[in-house]
Amino acid sequence: MDIDNVRKVAKLARLDLSEADLATMTTQLSAILSYVDQLKELDTDNVEPMAHPLPLKNVFRPDELRPSLPVDEALKNAPARSGDFFAVPAILDAGDDLSH
Amino acid sequence: MSLPYKIVVGLEVHVQLLTNTKLFCGCSTKFGSPPNSQVCPVCIGMPGTLPVMNRKAFDLALRAALALNCSIAEFTKWDRKNYYYPDLPKNYQISQYDLPFSYEGFLEINAAADPKKEYTPKRIGLFRAHLEEDAGKNTHDESGRGADSKVDLNRTGTPLLEIVSKPEINSPEEAKAYLEEIRLMLREIGVSDCEMQEGSLRCDANVNIHIEHEGGIAATPLVEVKNLNSITSVGRAIAYEAERQYKEFKKDPVNYRFGNMFKTTAGWNDVKGITVIQRHKENASDYRYFPEPDLVPVVVTPSEVQAAKMAMGELPSEQRKRLQSAPFNLTQYDSQVLTAKGRRMVTYYEEVTAVIGDGKQVINRMSDLVMGALNDRKEEIDQFPLSSQTFADFMKKTASITQQGRRDVFNHMLEKGTDAATSIKELGIQTDFDESKLLQAVLEAIAANGPAVEDYKKGKTAAANRIKGHVMKTAKGAPNDVVQRLLEAELAKLMGT
Ligand SMILES: [Zn+2]
Repeated sequence: MDIDNVRKVAKLARLDLSEADLATMTTQLSAILSYVDQLKELDTDNVEPMAHPLPLKNVFRPDELRPSLPVDEALKNAPARSGDFFAVPAILDAGDDLSH
Repeated sequence: MSLPYKIVVGLEVHVQLLTNTKLFCGCSTKFGSPPNSQVCPVCIGMPGTLPVMNRKAFDLALRAALALNCSIAEFTKWDRKNYYYPDLPKNYQISQYDLPFSYEGFLEINAAADPKKEYTPKRIGLFRAHLEEDAGKNTHDESGRGADSKVDLNRTGTPLLEIVSKPEINSPEEAKAYLEEIRLMLREIGVSDCEMQEGSLRCDANVNIHIEHEGGIAATPLVEVKNLNSITSVGRAIAYEAERQYKEFKKDPVNYRFGNMFKTTAGWNDVKGITVIQRHKENASDYRYFPEPDLVPVVVTPSEVQAAKMAMGELPSEQRKRLQSAPFNLTQYDSQVLTAKGRRMVTYYEEVTAVIGDGKQVINRMSDLVMGALNDRKEEIDQFPLSSQTFADFMKKTASITQQGRRDVFNHMLEKGTDAATSIKELGIQTDFDESKLLQAVLEAIAANGPAVEDYKKGKTAAANRIKGHVMKTAKGAPNDVVQRLLEAELAKLMGT
């Protein structure tokens, strides 16, 4: 893990980190990763890959309507609202809508 | 039309599944409700909530994948696709990454040069179909004054099936045929209503072109065209983008190549009819997928696959084949046209054919009369006032009269709500003509139209029409071809004298 990796991950997570923060994060994240890397010492050749830690599968619910929140309740925690919409700072590049 | 390049297109289609509720919560999926009236802690991403998969959504997705000839994975799981955008409250979309529930299918489309006249089947391969959730909807301030953008999360969490084709679509027409076939099929099997204007069918097109260049094939960089909200605009966008890439290639044939550049994204401006390349965003596609820990995997058993197949009913492709065999014996083209009208139209056709017997004749009469009337009246077949039995009776009773007479009876029935016998009577149309009676009418008409006969003798052959008109007045609804034959024979005799 080098500082450029951290810079990239921070950018993707929309975190604005100072150079000092980036250096601290690089040290801390490296420590975490090397701790987790200890798992590589285990021989997992004959272990099935696991998609979920719980031995559960096929959990479904029926297609039945449940009450939604009243609109005021839904918007209560929003920093800003505009009518019954969530309001967010102007999305300058509307083309962003297309990128996912 | 011959282009100096080959168009290569892969389509990514999103269809909304016909469920009452969202994929992971009990909120309604109804279209057009007031903003943020169909949201709950699960779909607006409140901490501590847990998604639970909608059984119906999974079943519909399974049905669609089977109809798309996909293999079904025994084991499937969901993943988080991470990105930050105001329409995505959780900051990740629950989707499927490396283990989609279905893969490797195909869809047969009509790839004829003129699909209105012929049917040339072509198989378009599919990489996969997977089940994911939709995002919300942003509304931007168009005034340019930089007012806040508004977010409606009603659509957030709506179940979507994403169908990813292989790059095996080679023209705008094929792309349109592909979308029309997907729409027809998914409607027929009850998976989606595929209303493009309501966003329940959306399409992105990955476009590039192959050019023969200096003894080899040069491929241009891939462009993903988004924002395609009608089947027509998909066709237009592909044609435009291919031509744009060809011009770029001619400007710089060395560097404008696949592999030299990242895939770029373009929007389609339907008003201007152009694609607009978005500026390249570094690492935009780094979604850092990882397994969704809040959902457990799904294991599909062979008996569930079997049940989904049963629920599917007859597919359009199977229906076309059946209509081409006895007792219908339709041409490939007719079977396509009929199938494209939907199952209820096919049922109507089958019911009429059961009475009449001659499937070809039934499709001709229906094309002549029923299809046109439905168009004029802006009706679907199940709203049409003439039942299949009434139409079959009409066909029997009007078998021996002229096309015009038949049309008159048909229109009269529609107008007055009567049956064939009543309409024939009210219009004073004779339906049982024997030839000797018709001959009598022809001779009378010749006798009564001396001047026309004289004109005819002088070589003005069009004068025969005046005599014929007279015959048709006295023998209303008489078969045109028989009258014509008798009249020509009688006039020929007169010429000899
Ligand atoms: Zn909800």
